[in-house]
Amino acid sequence: MTTACVALALVILLCIVAGLARVFGGPSRIDRLLAAQLMGSAGVATLLLLAYGLDRPSLVDVALVIALLAAVTSVTFVQRGLAADAAAGGPRHD
Amino acid sequence: MTDLVGLLLLIGGAGFFVCGTIGLLRFPDVYTRLHALTKADNLGLGCLVLGLGLVTGSWLDALKLLLVWAVTMIGSAASCHLIAQAALAAGVRPWTDQ
Repeated sequence: MTTACVALALVILLCIVAGLARVFGGPSRIDRLLAAQLMGSAGVATLLLLAYGLDRPSLVDVALVIALLAAVTSVTFVQRGLAADAAAGGPRHD
Repeated sequence: MTDLVGLLLLIGGAGFFVCGTIGLLRFPDVYTRLHALTKADNLGLGCLVLGLGLVTGSWLDALKLLLVWAVTMIGSAASCHLIAQAALAAGVRPWTDQ
C-alpha cells in the first residue's frame, strides 16, 4: 500500500510538471495563475500521499500550510494584479 | 476490503488530477480552464483524502485529512469565484464556438 502511495505521488508530481507548460505558455497572466493554483492543490495531494507512503505524519501539517497559502495567492493576485489591469483597460498579455 | 476500496479511491483521485491537468493544458479559455482546475482540486483531492482516511485506520488522522480537504475546498471555491469575477471585470471574453 505504501508503494502505491509513493507511485501515485509521482503521478501527481508529473501533473505539476505538465502544468508548468501553462505557466510558460500563458497566454494571459490569469492562465499562469491557474497553473500555480494547480501546483498548490497537487502539492497538497503529493504531501498527503507521501505522509502515508513514507510514514512521516508531520507532512500533513505541511500540506495544511500549503493549502492555506494557495488561497492567499489568488486573493492577492485578484486584488493587486487584476485590479491594476482593469484600471489600465483590459487584461495584459505578457 | 477496506484497503481495496481505499486504493481504488486513491487511483480515482490521481485520475482526477491527471484529467484536471489535461483540461488546464487543452481547454480554450480562462473560464473553461478554471472549471477543469477546480474539478481536480475538489474531487481529486477529495477522493485522495477519503482513500487515505480509509487506509490509515486511525480516526484522528482521518479527521486531520478531512480538515486539509475542507481548507482546500473553501480556498479553491473562493478563489475560483474571485478569479472568474475579476477576469470578467478585466474584459476577458468567454469562449464561444464561433
